[in-house]
Amino acid sequence: MNSNAQMAPQGGMRGADPSPGEEVVLRAQGVEKTYPNGTHALDEVNLEVRRGEFVSLLGPSGCGKSTLLKMFAGIEQASSGEISAYAQGDESMENPSHGMAMVFQEATLMPWSRVAGNVRLPLDLAGVPKSVSTPRVNEALNLVGLEGFENVYPRELSGGMQMRASIARALAVQPKVFLMDEPFGALDEFTRNRLDADLLDLWRQRGFTVVFVTHSIYEAVFLSSRVVVMAARPGRIIADIPIEGPEVRDEKFRVSKPFIEYCRVLSDHLARANQGEC
Amino acid sequence: MEAIMNNERAMRFIAPTLFGVAMLLIWEVMIWVTQAPVYLVPPPSVIGSQLVQDWGLLTSSLLITLQITLTAFVCAVTIGVAVAFLFAQSRVLEVSLFPYAVVLQVTPIVAIAPLIIIWVDNAFVAMVICATLVALFPIISNTILGLRSVNPGLLALFRLNKATRWQTLIRLRVPSAAPYFFGGLRISSGLALIGAVVAEFVAGVGGTRAGLAYQILQSGYQINIPRLFAALLLVTLTGVALFVIMVTLSKLALGGWHESEISD
Ligand SMILES: Nc1ncnc2c1ncn2[C@@H]1O[C@H](COP(=O)(O)OP(=O)(O)OP(=O)(O)O)[C@@H](O)[C@H]1O
Ligand SMILES: [Mg+2]
Repeated sequence: MNSNAQMAPQGGMRGADPSPGEEVVLRAQGVEKTYPNGTHALDEVNLEVRRGEFVSLLGPSGCGKSTLLKMFAGIEQASSGEISAYAQGDESMENPSHGMAMVFQEATLMPWSRVAGNVRLPLDLAGVPKSVSTPRVNEALNLVGLEGFENVYPRELSGGMQMRASIARALAVQPKVFLMDEPFGALDEFTRNRLDADLLDLWRQRGFTVVFVTHSIYEAVFLSSRVVVMAARPGRIIADIPIEGPEVRDEKFRVSKPFIEYCRVLSDHLARANQGEC
Repeated sequence: MEAIMNNERAMRFIAPTLFGVAMLLIWEVMIWVTQAPVYLVPPPSVIGSQLVQDWGLLTSSLLITLQITLTAFVCAVTIGVAVAFLFAQSRVLEVSLFPYAVVLQVTPIVAIAPLIIIWVDNAFVAMVICATLVALFPIISNTILGLRSVNPGLLALFRLNKATRWQTLIRLRVPSAAPYFFGGLRISSGLALIGAVVAEFVAGVGGTRAGLAYQILQSGYQINIPRLFAALLLVTLTGVALFVIMVTLSKLALGGWHESEISD
């Protein structure tokens, strides 16, 4: 993600502090989820995500973060309660149906298709003509630093590169709502920090809404306008903390006082979440 | 020698060839030493000269057998794939019909071949039906298995992107099924040949429509053992050729991406 600088910012500054009363784009109301095998994954989850927010879900393994994200994406159904997504609009050939894209916890690339084919898939499925999709695919690949790998099969990429291809596939949709399930979990610290910063740039420029799952407190504080802390067994929300950061967050923010203070607060909540588990 | 031993590819070809030649030599010498009569076990040299002598007869028979085999194979693939797609589309259909596919598979073809040959007037058609029945099952079961073993993550991705049923079938299920399908082809091509040979045995069609199996049967009756061996050799070579063709097809189709076909 290094060509951001050349892109003109669209729609002004977004995000860091969404004004109250802005449109809710994702809503979970009293949502419970019990899987067919009896696992009670989520218990009474209430969450609202407003347009332009960057919300991180933070919590121990197995607390239902992926489950919640999949329900927002419409891939899993809630057992009770209601999920609503208002990401619709702009339905045209160039803008695929729903304006929602998800990056899964695994890269989930088609092994029989080359990188470009994988990234193009959502556009192909939406019937976007090649003349429109090709530049968008190339742009997305540039954003994640995979230019030159268009004609490579996924198995020839490293795990981190596969994950980046998967992110490019979501970016190519130019989504209004971006659901990301530990997208940078498989990357080294350095690359992760770089991609975090690039994602933040992109978010500021394009003004989409992000729900971001992570295990890393630092990543959550650095990126988010709000961090939602979850606990396991059964999965539930135990804290919802707005993060007030500077207008532009950079490496300096990572070592600032408020940053460290937020990390401490979140770490306390997480400790509580983990205690509740045992 | 060292170089060949280190070259995996050359060794794969040369080692079995050397072994085969050695066995043939031992066979030849043993018969020469024991003076075994030709009507019991002919030496390779006699089989070879018989093959040359009967070339016209045997190759025209080979063509008949090949015709039956290939027609049956094409039928089996077409019907098998069609059935698999139907089963994959409708759970009810699969649950109610799959047991009968199994029944068809486990019933020995020799047991039902006489019936088919009585029921169907045209001997060629009857033999093709027999061979098709033998070759059908691996195609059905492998293709179904393939169509069903789709990565659930990819399925979710297609659902998220509002893919139609047709798009999911063509862009996801079919490519996922391909490796299984080609595995099925390999087994099925061999079975088609076996089915053809069995059908010929049962039908016993002679004259100008005589296949290799009929030649084997006749040679046995006439105690023309060298010709029996020569015909047998042709059947075996046909089977090997079919196998090699299927392996090559599979390599061409999957070579770029599937683990089973990636050469290192
Ligand atoms: N398809 C499924 N069938 C049955 N149980 C499931 C399924 N998917 C998840 N679960 C269960 O639901 C619970 C929550 O799973 P989920 O994947 O949402 O956790 P997570 O918070 O994303 O964990 P991680 O951080 O390890 O990815 C777990 O206990 C898990 O075992
Ligand atoms: Mg998860």
